Amino acid sequence: MAEQLSTDDVRKVAHLARLKLSDQDVERFTGQLADILRYVEQLKEVDTDAVEPLVHAVELTNVLRDDVPRASLPRDAALSNAPAADGAYFLVPPILENA
Amino acid sequence: MPDVAHTPVIGLEVHVQLLTRTKIFCGCVNRFNPDEPNTQTCPVCLGLPGALPVMNREAFRLSLITAAALECELARFTKWDRKQYYYPDLPKGYQISQYDLPFSEHGALEVTTESGESRRIRIRRVHLEEDAGKNLHDESGRGADSRVDLNRAGTPLLEIVTEPDVRSAAEAKSFLDELHLLLTYLCVSDCNMQEGSLRCDANVNLHLSTGAGDAIATPIVEVKNLNSFRGVEAAVEFEIARQLKEFHETGRKLGDPGVEKETRGWDAQRNVTFAQRGKEEASDYRYFPDPDLAPVTLTDEEIESIRAGLRELPAARRSRYRNDLGLSEYDADVIVRQGERFADYFEETSGICGDAKQAANWVTQDVLREINDRGVEIGDLPVSSQALGALIGRIVDGTITVKSGRELFGLMLDESERNDEHSPDTIDRLIEERGLRIVNDSGALESAIAAAIAASPRAVEDFQAGKQQAIGPLIGKVMRDVKGADAKAVRTLLIEKLKEA
Repeated sequence: MAEQLSTDDVRKVAHLARLKLSDQDVERFTGQLADILRYVEQLKEVDTDAVEPLVHAVELTNVLRDDVPRASLPRDAALSNAPAADGAYFLVPPILENA
Repeated sequence: MPDVAHTPVIGLEVHVQLLTRTKIFCGCVNRFNPDEPNTQTCPVCLGLPGALPVMNREAFRLSLITAAALECELARFTKWDRKQYYYPDLPKGYQISQYDLPFSEHGALEVTTESGESRRIRIRRVHLEEDAGKNLHDESGRGADSRVDLNRAGTPLLEIVTEPDVRSAAEAKSFLDELHLLLTYLCVSDCNMQEGSLRCDANVNLHLSTGAGDAIATPIVEVKNLNSFRGVEAAVEFEIARQLKEFHETGRKLGDPGVEKETRGWDAQRNVTFAQRGKEEASDYRYFPDPDLAPVTLTDEEIESIRAGLRELPAARRSRYRNDLGLSEYDADVIVRQGERFADYFEETSGICGDAKQAANWVTQDVLREINDRGVEIGDLPVSSQALGALIGRIVDGTITVKSGRELFGLMLDESERNDEHSPDTIDRLIEERGLRIVNDSGALESAIAAAIAASPRAVEDFQAGKQQAIGPLIGKVMRDVKGADAKAVRTLLIEKLKEA
């Protein structure tokens, strides 16, 4: 991570995460994120030439379940945490399809 | 602009919902149920904090079977990754999919095009992921909220990606037809397109050549959300024409600065593709291995047993029907295309009557017409393969004529609507009851012929005067008198007698 983290990088990541940041926030988070990245960069000092790349953090394999139905939540329970619902569906602000 | 030769280059991405009882990562039932929205959800498929997914063994098994049937290599180690994007039908904010280590790669599907040419379409990869929920948009134009149904969220979904080996719209349709047939034979999906069990995206561009040894191509367009095979065919057709026209007008080509892959939708009403928003931000999915799911490994023995356990595939059936049973390519294809149960019905019928060609004629004509007219499946046809086999057997061994066979077939269809059972014995009983047995008793025939000649001196005269068609009424009379008489035999005998007279 030789290149410097820019405010544009932070704006892009914020946009992808649908976070609305003020210019002040962007400045602050750019500094904080850069610090974190520098900290993690220390790992590069370890010699990993003879080490297989890790593809998954979990060492378990083959955890599978049988195809047996279990009770679902009642609908009102499923909808109960939603900011908006109409009793049958979750409601979200209008999605402009194909716009 | 000089004349350019163009070759369409088409790759397909097919999404197939798997036929499991439960969803991919939880015990909610996997069932199309739009009438009762949000009744098939739980903390896992709602993406509630702390809920943990566990892979459905059956979903993975069906995936392996499909990939093996598509001649793919099966991975000894596979894992799932998070594909991150925001959309209301995706409650976790990421889709669990497979990125760099899909469970299978490098397969192929053999396709016969409309012109009868055989083409091998390579499969780049097949991976297993979860389906999203469904958004319902306000169509009134008043800008009301969109509604979200998460019954579908977490349905096991197979993504099958071809190499860009498809060369025409018709070939795309042939590929999808063959894939559909394969999936149906494998019983891994119900492939119900109305219900969205099978969906397709098409990547299309044109390789152009002006004959000067140049290699240029039009920008790649991905046409999304095609939910019928006709739609795929029409959309690809439209794109080929549109891209050619655009190239002539603008000269824009792949590799030009600012030219990116474009996403277009398909308007099935107007039969056109239309531009959708740019992909540049949406394509930043930031995949990483899902720490909630354990990778899955396969041993060589397990892979071998999956391959060994594959049932006979449509292509193998077709070639067996041609090579072992002597059917024409056309008949073999018609039978196999009707599905496994129909093909089994044909084989049983053929086995019982001992004449595959006759059996093929009957099932592709009489049986197929009957089930289409009735709008039923082969299993619901009142005439069993045993009964039909016995019936055809009586034609083959010369007991009855084909015409009598048709009459019997009709009788059995009617009779069984009264819920009668049909055994081979029933056939023989019906033959006797109806007097359909071909009469080889020359005495009975000869006296009937003599009687017919005596009764119609006019027809006899006409025939002897050279009017060939005058024999018709004579044959008819004999046939009425001697049920089960073979019209050809009657005709031959009659002509002999008339010449003697």
